[in-house]
Amino acid sequence: MATVATRPETSAESSVVRARRLGRRRAAIVSGVLALLVLAVAATALSVGAYVVSLPDLLATLAGVGEPRDEFIVLTLRLPRILLGMLAGLSFALAGGLFQSLLGNPLASPDIIGISHGASAAAVAALLIFGLSGLAVAGAAFVGAVVVATAIYLLAWRSGLTGYRFVLIGIATAFLVQGILGYLLTRADVRDAQAALLWLVGSLSGARWDDILLLGGALAVLVPLVAILAPRLRVLQLGDQSAAGLGLAVQPSRLALLAVAVGLTAVATAAVGPIAFVAFVSAPIARRMVGGLALLPTALVGTLLVVASDFIAQHLLPGDVQVPVGIITGAVGAPYLLWLLATTNRSGAVR
Amino acid sequence: MTLASSDTAEPQAPPRGTGRLSGRVLGLVIAVAVLAIAVFLSLALGARQVDLSSVIGAIFDPQSGDTNQMVIRDLRVPRTIIGLVAGAALALAGAVVQGLTRNPLADPGLLGVNAGASLFVVLGITFFGVSSAFGQVWFAFAGAAAATVVVYLVSSGRSGPTPVALTLAGSAVTAALTSIITLVLLGNLDTLNQFRFWAVGSLVGRSLDSLAVFGPFVLVGAVLALSLGRTLNVLSLGEDVARGLGGHVGRARVLASVAVVLLCGSATALAGPIVFVGLVVPHIARRFVGADYRWVLAYSLVLGPTLLVLADVVGRLVLAPAELEAGLVVAFIGAPVMIALVRSKRLGVL
Amino acid sequence: MSEPRELGAEGIRLAYDGRVIVDDLTVSIPSGKTTVIVGPNACGKSTLLRGLARLMRPAAGRVLLDGADIHSIPTKQLARSLGLLPQQPLAPDGITVADLVGRGRYPHQGVFRQRSAGDDAAVARALEQTSTLELASRPVEELSGGQRQRVWIAMALAQQPDILLLDEPTTYLDVAHQVEVLDLLHDLNKTRGTTVVMVLHDLNLAARYADHLIVMAGGAIVTEGTPAEVISVDTVRSAFGLDSVVVSDPVCGSPMVIPFGRFHRA
Repeated sequence: MATVATRPETSAESSVVRARRLGRRRAAIVSGVLALLVLAVAATALSVGAYVVSLPDLLATLAGVGEPRDEFIVLTLRLPRILLGMLAGLSFALAGGLFQSLLGNPLASPDIIGISHGASAAAVAALLIFGLSGLAVAGAAFVGAVVVATAIYLLAWRSGLTGYRFVLIGIATAFLVQGILGYLLTRADVRDAQAALLWLVGSLSGARWDDILLLGGALAVLVPLVAILAPRLRVLQLGDQSAAGLGLAVQPSRLALLAVAVGLTAVATAAVGPIAFVAFVSAPIARRMVGGLALLPTALVGTLLVVASDFIAQHLLPGDVQVPVGIITGAVGAPYLLWLLATTNRSGAVR
Repeated sequence: MTLASSDTAEPQAPPRGTGRLSGRVLGLVIAVAVLAIAVFLSLALGARQVDLSSVIGAIFDPQSGDTNQMVIRDLRVPRTIIGLVAGAALALAGAVVQGLTRNPLADPGLLGVNAGASLFVVLGITFFGVSSAFGQVWFAFAGAAAATVVVYLVSSGRSGPTPVALTLAGSAVTAALTSIITLVLLGNLDTLNQFRFWAVGSLVGRSLDSLAVFGPFVLVGAVLALSLGRTLNVLSLGEDVARGLGGHVGRARVLASVAVVLLCGSATALAGPIVFVGLVVPHIARRFVGADYRWVLAYSLVLGPTLLVLADVVGRLVLAPAELEAGLVVAFIGAPVMIALVRSKRLGVL
Repeated sequence: MSEPRELGAEGIRLAYDGRVIVDDLTVSIPSGKTTVIVGPNACGKSTLLRGLARLMRPAAGRVLLDGADIHSIPTKQLARSLGLLPQQPLAPDGITVADLVGRGRYPHQGVFRQRSAGDDAAVARALEQTSTLELASRPVEELSGGQRQRVWIAMALAQQPDILLLDEPTTYLDVAHQVEVLDLLHDLNKTRGTTVVMVLHDLNLAARYADHLIVMAGGAIVTEGTPAEVISVDTVRSAFGLDSVVVSDPVCGSPMVIPFGRFHRA
């Protein structure tokens, strides 16, 4: 008997509405701040460089009425890289958040439980054995991620799927795949090995509009799916029995969410390589700021992380050194991870 | 209902216990025999065909100038010995870690020890210019020790992290350290070139001098580990119960940790990072011998080298005349075993 | 108000991985009453509840709601009639009471998640019924055991089910909180007519609060009926293997079991 409420609310109802609005407001504020930060960093990255584009010129160029030289610098060189980074960061972050929620553990992220490794092994095989490059390598990475994820899912399925089995089998797979990677790296010429290692780090250089269109197109399908499936995820968080009691089809919902998360990981890894730690840290950071499952802030944190790291990697390193973005995210993410481990285990929050 | 005991006293020693004891001893003897066969195979098989007389001759009646014997003595004997020592060390360390953490999925490699050793090796090559195998092993040892300490510190905050938490922590530590390793490697072609071979875990190309250095460490570690059998049995009942039974939990932890550092550090130093031996071998031992750690350790001591040496032999044969490193063969065996373990009902809810 | 609903099972067999726990069991849950299932450890009482709650598919037989097989009813529709509080439910980190209870509205929400004023009203009503309204903005993990259990019941109530199934809702609670929770359920049953079915391990509390008592042992129903009919020295001995004396509870007159042990006997 739900009516669009113009009838007077009871005071109990108002306090409930107030309580829930409070939480949502916080998420909205945090999201707003993050979005502004992303824009600020993006604008800075577009202007700054060997050739500085002033802000008015930048706006003009984006509007389509700028100088040809500005157009080249901004639209051909810098903007693709930033856009690609934003899309990849968003994708990795959401994937990480979904995995961590589904598998019930803040440490269970696709770059630890073997899915990124699968993509990497496939890509390196394409690079080193078949001598492929560009789109073919990306395609191999995508296929690798999907194949490994499917294998882990099938192996972990025993009249239903539980988080811990998925995680542990994922780890076993990760080590197996790393063995394969090691084999490939030792059989190649050292310069090829270095090229492979470069791919393995994750990089935004050489970003083209084709890459952006592909990734953007995939996300145009996947992100709405996340939004649709999010209520099911919230119910799944209550445990399988409560979720079933609330009328959720537990196994199909979990499978759907896992499939979307794998899809997000696969397309992002295919586009830019496995950028370390973005998937892992975005959701915990968002949770610390907002509390609870906060998908939009998570996505924005990932976006900010990649864009900011790329900016640092390109412009802020001593001695004018330039490195791939994955190195910065790794350098930041690794110590954070160790700190998280130390504190989490102490408080016993890791299940 | 009173505890009525009959007046006719029965002899205390149950015949069944004795039967089980002799069964285990027999099993151990068989395991040693299998190990001997594995050693023989390791000397006899490989890309180059040698005949039986050469093998026997190489050991008992060395003739310099005989090419076959040279192959056996200079190439196969060293790798066999390293396989024996590293295999024993890894298997014992794995059994100790499993007993200590009550985690059936514990393997020092899975817990990040290998990543620590790798990191220090990379740092050694890059910043200290250490390029000799002998020099690198010291760094590997230090790294393994450091990682063991870190993982223990990180995971001993509560009275009992679940196996999933511990395994995830090890994986996460590995990821973190690998990231740093990649950072260094990307800037340094020479380091990458040296490191990638060390990193796959192989019994070849390791200096035998290192055996002279680390052999004693392994020996001390092994003796220490074998002496912890009874303690591990008590610990496996849970910390509170163990204390109640008079076990010194803190002291046991320290001793076990020392044993693991000595064993793992040496094994990684000798053979590079090898995963899964410490996981698989104690489980195989338990299939034969049950949960008594005194026996699990004894069997691990024999089965570990058998596994690693046989893996090395397989690696020589499967891609002949090229070779597949022993560490990779073990990974290809070990991962399915771990997956089967996770799937089995036996583990229940971790 | 809840509607009268008939929940029952016909000849069901429930098994885990081939191990049969309950076989050929037929039971009918009286509508609008409080039914309690008791029995010794591993007698199958939780398994039976799970079977009734559609958490397990029976290997044989059917579970029926108003004559229809519950496995043929769409899950969301079933959840609007049947609510469940499992043992040791899981609250996600950092969730507030209002949010947690709000998730109980899931069966009433469409695919594209339209939260309506009806949702907020139902949540508010559930909080009022469980006297947890003042806790609405607090994080669940900060609450005491009794408060947390009331919040979980509120979530089940937000579903607005006609039948509420609870698996050992009072385990891990101290005596005061046990009584608090059971009084709440009693209230619900009497004022709203919600059918309550719960598994309890405390025989005396069960006798006090149950309208209908089902005693199980070894995967089968030993006897069922009102507490006065069912609780007797013989029943306790045959189901629990325990010698006892049965007296009348001085507070409310229900049968009360005083067990014998090896040292304390009549």
